[in-house]
Amino acid sequence: MATHAQAASHDAHDHKPHGWRRWVFSTNHKDIGTMYLVFSCVMFFVGGTMALIIRAELFQPGLQFVDPQFFNSMTAMHALVMIFGAIMPGWVGLANWLIPMQIGAPDMALPRLNNLSFWILPFAFVLLLGTLFVPGGAPAGGWTMYPPLALQAGDSFPMMIFAIHLMGISSILGAINVVVTVMNMRAPGMNLLKMPLFVWTWLITAYLLVAVMPVLAGAVTMLLTDHFFGTSFFTASGGGDPVMYQHIFWFFGHPEVYIMILPAFGVVSEIIPTFSRKPLFGYESMVYATAAIGFLSFIVWAHHMFTVGMPLAGQLFFMLATMLISVPTGVKIFNWCATMTRGSLSFEPPMLFALAFLFLFTIGGFSGLMLAIVPADFQYQDSYFVVAHFHYVLVPGSLFAIMGAVYYWLPKWVGHMYDMKLAKLHFWLSAIFVNVLFFPQHFLGLAGMPRRIPDYATQFADWNMVSSIGAFGFGFSQLLLPYIIIKCVKAGAKAADRPWDGAHGLEWELPSPAPFHSWEVPPSAAVIARGAEH
Amino acid sequence: MTEAGEKLKRENARLTAKLALMTLGSFAFGFALVPLYGVFCDITGFGNQKALAQAATVAPQAPDDSRTVTIEFVAELPNVGSWEFRPVLASMRVHPGRLYRTDFIAKNLTGHDTVAQAVPSIAPGSVAGYFHKTECFCFTPQKFAKDEQRVLPVRFIVDRALPRHLDRITLAYTFYDQSIRTGS
Repeated sequence: MATHAQAASHDAHDHKPHGWRRWVFSTNHKDIGTMYLVFSCVMFFVGGTMALIIRAELFQPGLQFVDPQFFNSMTAMHALVMIFGAIMPGWVGLANWLIPMQIGAPDMALPRLNNLSFWILPFAFVLLLGTLFVPGGAPAGGWTMYPPLALQAGDSFPMMIFAIHLMGISSILGAINVVVTVMNMRAPGMNLLKMPLFVWTWLITAYLLVAVMPVLAGAVTMLLTDHFFGTSFFTASGGGDPVMYQHIFWFFGHPEVYIMILPAFGVVSEIIPTFSRKPLFGYESMVYATAAIGFLSFIVWAHHMFTVGMPLAGQLFFMLATMLISVPTGVKIFNWCATMTRGSLSFEPPMLFALAFLFLFTIGGFSGLMLAIVPADFQYQDSYFVVAHFHYVLVPGSLFAIMGAVYYWLPKWVGHMYDMKLAKLHFWLSAIFVNVLFFPQHFLGLAGMPRRIPDYATQFADWNMVSSIGAFGFGFSQLLLPYIIIKCVKAGAKAADRPWDGAHGLEWELPSPAPFHSWEVPPSAAVIARGAEH
Repeated sequence: MTEAGEKLKRENARLTAKLALMTLGSFAFGFALVPLYGVFCDITGFGNQKALAQAATVAPQAPDDSRTVTIEFVAELPNVGSWEFRPVLASMRVHPGRLYRTDFIAKNLTGHDTVAQAVPSIAPGSVAGYFHKTECFCFTPQKFAKDEQRVLPVRFIVDRALPRHLDRITLAYTFYDQSIRTGS
C-alpha cells in the first residue's frame, strides 16, 4: 500500500484552512464527517418537530391544531426527513470520521467526491422542505410515494422527485467512497478479517446502497414520466399497474431499512466489548451474519405488501424468507450477550445506549416476526402496530446506536470528556420516554387504529394521550444532546488518548483530539495487532 | 507524486469506475423490473391485465348446473362529475361453463364529444385465468357524443375448472376519459 507516500505530499501536520473555505472546499474526512453529523442533527430536530406536530394533533380525538391535508404532509415529510436527512447522513458522517482512522488510512480514497456528496444534501433538503411553501402543500401521500395518490400531488411533486434523486446521488457517491476506501486504503497488515465491525458493517451497507438506491431513482423517474411525459408505468388508464410500483419501491425499500440498521450493529459490536472489557464473542460469525442479512434483504420485499394480493406460493416464500432473517440476527444478539457474559461491565453513556439498543431493537425484531406471518399481517397491515414496530427498530435501534457512537467517540473527536452526569440523564430520559411513546402504539394497532390519520375513534384516546406525552418528553430530552456536545467542544477535562480502558482499535492509538491529518505514516504491524484484539 | 501513490490512484479510479458501472446496472435493473413484472403476471396468470382486456376464445363447455358462483359487478370512476357509470345488476348467480350477458350503463357528462376506455380488474386475483370474456366494452375505446347514454354489454363464461373453494368473484371496471388517459 502506498498510503505513506501519498500522505507525504500533504501540508504540514495540523495545518488547516480557516473560515468558511475550510468547510465549503473541505476534502478532509474529519471535517466532512463533522458537517454530515451537524446536518444530521439539524434534520433530526426538523423531523422531530414534524413528529411533535403529529403527536400534538393525536393527543386527543378530533381535529385541534392542523387540517388533515397538512397532517398527512407531516407524516410523509417526517419520514423522508428522518430517513434521508437524519439517519442516513448520521451514518455517513460516522463513516467519514471513523473508517480512515480505524483502518489506518490518511483520508477517504476520493476526498473531492466526498465533498460533493455532502454538499448535494443541503440542496436536496432545500428542495424537499421547500415543498412546505408551494401551492398544494408538501407531499402528503406517504414517504413511499405510492401512485396514483403520489401522482395527484400539486407543485410539490417534481420537487420531491428531484430531492429524492439528489439524496440518492449523495448516498451512492458516499457508498462508492466507502467501498474504495475500505478495499484500497487499508494500512499494510490490516487485512479484511482484522477490520473493526463498524467498518465491516459499513462495507456491506455501501454495497447495498450501490445496489438499491439506483432502483429507487428508477422508480421515482417512472413516477415523473408518468406525471409529465405521458408514460403509463403505473397508471391503469394507460395499461400500467400501480401494484408494480410497490414491488419496485420495496425492492429498494427493504434493503434500505438494513442500510439504516447494519452500521448500528457495527457500533454496538464495538461498544459492548469495550465496556465488558472482553473481546467480542464470535467476530467472524458477526461478519458472516451481517453478510447473510445483507443478502436476505433482497428477497423479502413483498412482505410489505401482502395485502395487495399475490399467489399463495409467493406469500409463503416471502413469509419464510422474512422469518429466516431472524437467524443471523439472533446470532448477533447471542454474540453480544455472550460478550457481556462474565465480563467486567461498567455503564458509561455509550454502554447504556448499546444496552438499550440490545433490549429495544429485539422488541422491534419480535414485532417484525409477528408482521411476517401472512394471516396475522392482514390484521396488522397499515395499523399503528406497524408504526410501533418500525419505530422500535429505528429509534432505539438506529438512532440510539448513533447517539451511543457519538458518546463513544466524542472524546476522541474533540479531545475533551463530556459531562457524564448530563449524558446519563439524556440516556435515561430517552430510554424511558421512547417506551412511553412507542409501546402503547402496539396496543393501538392491535385494537385497530389505522396509521396516517389525523383523527380517531374515541376508544383509542387514552393510549394516544400516553403516546403523545412520551413524544413530547422524548423530543425535549433530545435538546440535551446538542447542549452536551457544544459544552464538550468548548471545554471539559482533557480526554486521554484511550479514554475507555477497554477500548481497542486503531483510532485509540491516535492522540485525542485526533489530529487534522492522521495516519500519514501507516500504523506498524505491532500497533495493528494491538488494535485488532477482537 | 511517487510511483506507489500513482499506483494507488489508478487502483482507486479503477474500483470507482467498476462501482459506477454497478450503479448504472442497478438503475437499468429498476427498469428491467417492468418487463419482468409482465412476464411474472403472464406465467402465474395472477391479476393478469392483458388477459382481462382481451377477447377469450374458449371451447364450448357443458354447463355445470350443480354449482353456483356469485359474480359481483363494480363500476368506478377515477374522479367524480364528468361521467355516469354503473352496472345494471349489482350481482349475478351463475353456473360455470354457461355463457352469460350483463350490461353496464355509461353517460357522458363532460359536455363535449369524447372517447373513454374501461380498464378491468378482477378479485380475487387468482381467478383471472378462469374468467373468460367473449365480448366486452373494455376491449376497445368507446366513442361518446355529448350527453350520450349507452348500454355497454359484457359476455362471459366462468371456467368449469374454477377451483372449488371459490364461489364469489368481483369484476370491476374503472372508466377513464381520454382527457386523463396518460398513454396508450
